[in-house]
Amino acid sequence: MLKQCEGSHAVAEAVALCRPEVICAYPISPQTHIVEGIGEMVKSGELKDCEFINVESEFAAMSVAIGSSAAGARTYTATASQGLLYMVEAVYNASGLGLPIVMTVANRAIGAPINIWNDHSDSLSQRDCGWIQLFAETNQEALDLHIQAFKLAEEVSLPVMVCMDGFILTHAYERVDMPTQEQVDAYLPAYEPRQVLDTAEPVSIGAMVGPEAFMEVRYLAHARQMQALERIPQLAAEFKSVFGREAGGLVRPYRCEDAETIVIAMGSVLGTLKDTVDAMRDAGQKIGVLGITSFRPFPLVAVAAALKNCKRFVVLEKSLAVGIGGIVATNVRMAVTGMGLKGYTVIAGLGGRAITVKSLAGMLEKAGRDELDLVTFLDLDWKAVNKQLELEKTKRRSGPVAEALLRHAGIVGARNY
Amino acid sequence: MSAQQTVKFYQTGTFTVGNRLLAPEERSVQANMQRTNSINSGHRACQGCGEALGARYAIDAAMNATKRQLIAANATGCLEVFSTPYPETSWQIPWIHSLFGNTAAVGTGIAAAIKVKRQKGELREDVRVVAQGGDGGTTDIGFGCLSGMFERNDDVLYICYDNGGYMNTGVQRSSATPPAARTATTMPVGPEPGNPFGQGKFVPAIAMAHEIPYVATATVADLRDLEAKVTKAMGIRGARYIHILVPCPLGWGTASHDTIRMARLAKETGIFPVFEAEHGEIKSALAIRRQLPVEDYLRPQKRYAHLFGKKPAVDTIARIQAIADKNIRRYGLLENQH
Repeated sequence: MLKQCEGSHAVAEAVALCRPEVICAYPISPQTHIVEGIGEMVKSGELKDCEFINVESEFAAMSVAIGSSAAGARTYTATASQGLLYMVEAVYNASGLGLPIVMTVANRAIGAPINIWNDHSDSLSQRDCGWIQLFAETNQEALDLHIQAFKLAEEVSLPVMVCMDGFILTHAYERVDMPTQEQVDAYLPAYEPRQVLDTAEPVSIGAMVGPEAFMEVRYLAHARQMQALERIPQLAAEFKSVFGREAGGLVRPYRCEDAETIVIAMGSVLGTLKDTVDAMRDAGQKIGVLGITSFRPFPLVAVAAALKNCKRFVVLEKSLAVGIGGIVATNVRMAVTGMGLKGYTVIAGLGGRAITVKSLAGMLEKAGRDELDLVTFLDLDWKAVNKQLELEKTKRRSGPVAEALLRHAGIVGARNY
Repeated sequence: MSAQQTVKFYQTGTFTVGNRLLAPEERSVQANMQRTNSINSGHRACQGCGEALGARYAIDAAMNATKRQLIAANATGCLEVFSTPYPETSWQIPWIHSLFGNTAAVGTGIAAAIKVKRQKGELREDVRVVAQGGDGGTTDIGFGCLSGMFERNDDVLYICYDNGGYMNTGVQRSSATPPAARTATTMPVGPEPGNPFGQGKFVPAIAMAHEIPYVATATVADLRDLEAKVTKAMGIRGARYIHILVPCPLGWGTASHDTIRMARLAKETGIFPVFEAEHGEIKSALAIRRQLPVEDYLRPQKRYAHLFGKKPAVDTIARIQAIADKNIRRYGLLENQH
């Protein structure tokens, strides 16, 4: 059914259609509207046979999820930013135990300085935690990925993060096609756990393992992600046959056929990139876009295949590996090892900085001429940065950095010393 | 054990285990030949481990009360480590270890799953949940999750086995370490040797402040009392808390055969009040049978050896006595003495 609604509400409805049994919630922007929506559905009785638990922290949220999932219940939670970091120990535990929890990450920057706006620093900081990470481009895809996520998680016994851009998607009203309960039921079978806390067949879960088997247990986590790599495209195909539309998969190439330059990105910025590339194509430039939907497992083969005929690639990412450059770029470089491509990393949109068509076009023109720096910070205010660096050279007690930068950037209201 | 044991006849009315003069229904769980043996023998606890004893009695009683329909969540710590390392396990019930600080929340999750499964008719049995941990996992790192579980009144019995420190990591101080006690991080050096006299953090009282249906304390010296409290707790719905004093021969520097004696001394001196409370109100306390000075409790423990050197730390001992006296007043431990 077509409807106009907020991204968060679309996700809340999609999760409810998946018949979750336990949902735990702790508020953090920009994830709040999702759990508020589900909470209301549980309280009103619209979503039956589901326990909705308001917990006291994100650490508790993931811990409750671990308990309920281990007891055989389909379990969901959502978080973002600091919340994801606060639950990290339990995040690793959930994947280590092989519990198929599904969690929405409404992607948001990590402080300090505290910032509530979108980038991908939060979930990318958890790239090695053992969870599958799927990135949504649109609200429709966010909705659809949640339905696929439960199926994928439960098949391979691994937890899945569905990542959607905070505010840009979560708070945007868009038209979405909401599936029916019958469609979701046809696609998503009941959860059959591999291990469960069952009094009829008592098992001990989560005991210590020493050097004699630890490596093998860890390898199996990797092997399961490799299974997911195979299953993700199949699940997308099965999804299309039931729901009649494309969603998910590993990567999504756009106008890449004869492209000399391919720009790679994840999430909602793909829309802006496609508009930019369309205009550049109209101007005769051979350029395409590659969207990565599955960041973990990382589709090395699919990325290499998509890039095999191009001359250069640009990774546009909303994250920063401080001290080296890009996170996604590092992964892409591994995919293209030995292919002799020129590669550029562009850090953009941190903490909600707008990524405009104008800036993208200028940057991509430069890349096309191979004049781009290997690591570029898009639309960085160099004047402000240099002023601060200069100040720090001359003054020991230079004060809080973030405040000083607002002053240097000439933001109205910033204090003047 | 010799074939011919000296048979002892205990007096009816005491809380002594295996009371052969009691009616069968009043006998202890452990006196029952059919007891479940919740933690199998062969585990790796130290000789004289108070926690192993307390956990076996508590979980046996809970298994008995729930007709084996019981799931346990366990915090990281001695109990977790000595009872399991794969491929071995001592547990006769479904058991999960997740992390050090999240056990109460894991218990909440299990209870929530059970509730839904029963609503849906997928689970016939009335399965109940116990979450358990040591004092570090309860009063320190797991405290946030514990308070959350209490406040929501989730249907979980949380059991804390309190041995007054991080014994598994090598006897470091926890917020349950008593004043003046020596630990690896509160050494008996300097002007205030041992653990500083802080404000204390008596979690049973904090549990009571949450006004949860049931809070009790117990020791491994009164095992019949412990069993009765666990059985009672399993008859109640909602959040319940039992705090058991479990002496640790390693951390306390006591002889393995003195574990029960130390627990009894803790109770008889007033150092550890044994009581039960319902909805935030104290309902009963185990009376001190024969009051003893705290010195009797402190002296056998090497962790207090610095108080009894050439020049005994009279002032420090007096301060500890004052704590015991306050407990006696607050919980009425000298009232209703037999």
